[in-house]
Amino acid sequence: MKPVPFRYVVARSLEEALAALAEGGDDAKPLAGGQSLVPALNLRLLRPELLVDLNRAGLDGIVRENGSVRVGATTRQAELERSPHAHPLVREALPFVGHVVTRNRGTVGGSVAHADGAAELPLCLVALGGEVVAEGPDGRRTFPAEELFVTHYTTTLLPGELLVETVWPAPGGGERSAFEELALRGGDYALAMAAAVLRHDQGVIREARVAVGAVTDHPTALAEVEALLVGNAPSDELAHEAGALAATLVDPAGGIHATPAYLRHLTGVLVERAIRRAT
Amino acid sequence: MTEIEVVVNGQRHREAVEDRLLLTDFLRQRLGLTGTHVGCEHGVCGCCTVRLDGVAVRGCLLLAVQADGCEVQTVEGLAGSGPLTALQEAFRRHFALQCGFCTPGILMAAEDLLSRGTPTRDEIVDLLSGHLCRCTGYAPIVDAIEEAAAGALPPADEPRPEGT
Repeated sequence: MKPVPFRYVVARSLEEALAALAEGGDDAKPLAGGQSLVPALNLRLLRPELLVDLNRAGLDGIVRENGSVRVGATTRQAELERSPHAHPLVREALPFVGHVVTRNRGTVGGSVAHADGAAELPLCLVALGGEVVAEGPDGRRTFPAEELFVTHYTTTLLPGELLVETVWPAPGGGERSAFEELALRGGDYALAMAAAVLRHDQGVIREARVAVGAVTDHPTALAEVEALLVGNAPSDELAHEAGALAATLVDPAGGIHATPAYLRHLTGVLVERAIRRAT
Repeated sequence: MTEIEVVVNGQRHREAVEDRLLLTDFLRQRLGLTGTHVGCEHGVCGCCTVRLDGVAVRGCLLLAVQADGCEVQTVEGLAGSGPLTALQEAFRRHFALQCGFCTPGILMAAEDLLSRGTPTRDEIVDLLSGHLCRCTGYAPIVDAIEEAAAGALPPADEPRPEGT
């Protein structure tokens, strides 16, 4: 036996899940794919009294509507990876999320709500200007993903509230996107990652979203880089300048595998590559 | 304790389990199916990979209670005591194992991959990024899965190449 003893409840609907979480209070944890939660249980980093299993609550599914794609919280990452509705940026980023076998079980909503600063799906959701749907004791609300992430493992979800859906804008006309990541080994957490989503019209960048992760404590859009790009014709020089600017905008802590200076340099390289490939 | 009903390798089991029991420990300690190996217990090494309703998953990241009503296949369910499966035969031909600790997990993940179509060599390598093997250097494992994917195995009654 590795995890501490806990009570386990299978939620058969969203209502059952919310009721169980309300009853459990601060000592309750929702269990989605479990690819981050169960390791934390096995290592006893987490000691919840109640686990509320969401896997049979009917919260999965991918629906395309009105120019966006709604992805149910417990949709498996592997299912989104295979879906024709997945945004090209997401399809490019998903192979970096853990491994094939962990993606078979890991969920889209779980990854977003877990809010690891080095997770790919939160970065993509912010870069695309996506939204999050949450439901709790006080009802349902929809808000920009950028307002969800606070810092590592910390979100603006309220106590008792559950992330039930993520909303991903479908690619617009003239849009091109790219995702870049460097990790020590395939499937490892990123040292640095960057996403660029550019809308081109008549040889000029009209709109730009550039966001970085892993070198920041939450997915971060770089407004200054975006402003540098908009209104200009794409070029290698512009991409290089944007990368150099991005490197000055992050302040990574560094660790045993990489110094802060290296991570800043890497951020510049990845941002430059992403912008170049999104043109 | 929660009563669960699980079909493992075609055999139905009803067992009362503690909620915190991991699927790996259920398989090994309760059912005696020790082919499913326990390595890191946090989803990195891949040794514990089994198939849950046909899908390859980490056995150490599932609670036994979560498998209630599901079908589980472990490495014991591949060939049983009969002839090796085409994939196992390919592993044997290519010397794709030495100590064998990682092998059950890789076989179960590869069986799932092969059931979805013919993977490219790059896809096989990508799959193996989720499985730690400290003996082989991976190349013979990739070769074996690739050969099984291509269906290029000689029939069982043909003589095997010398030395195998």
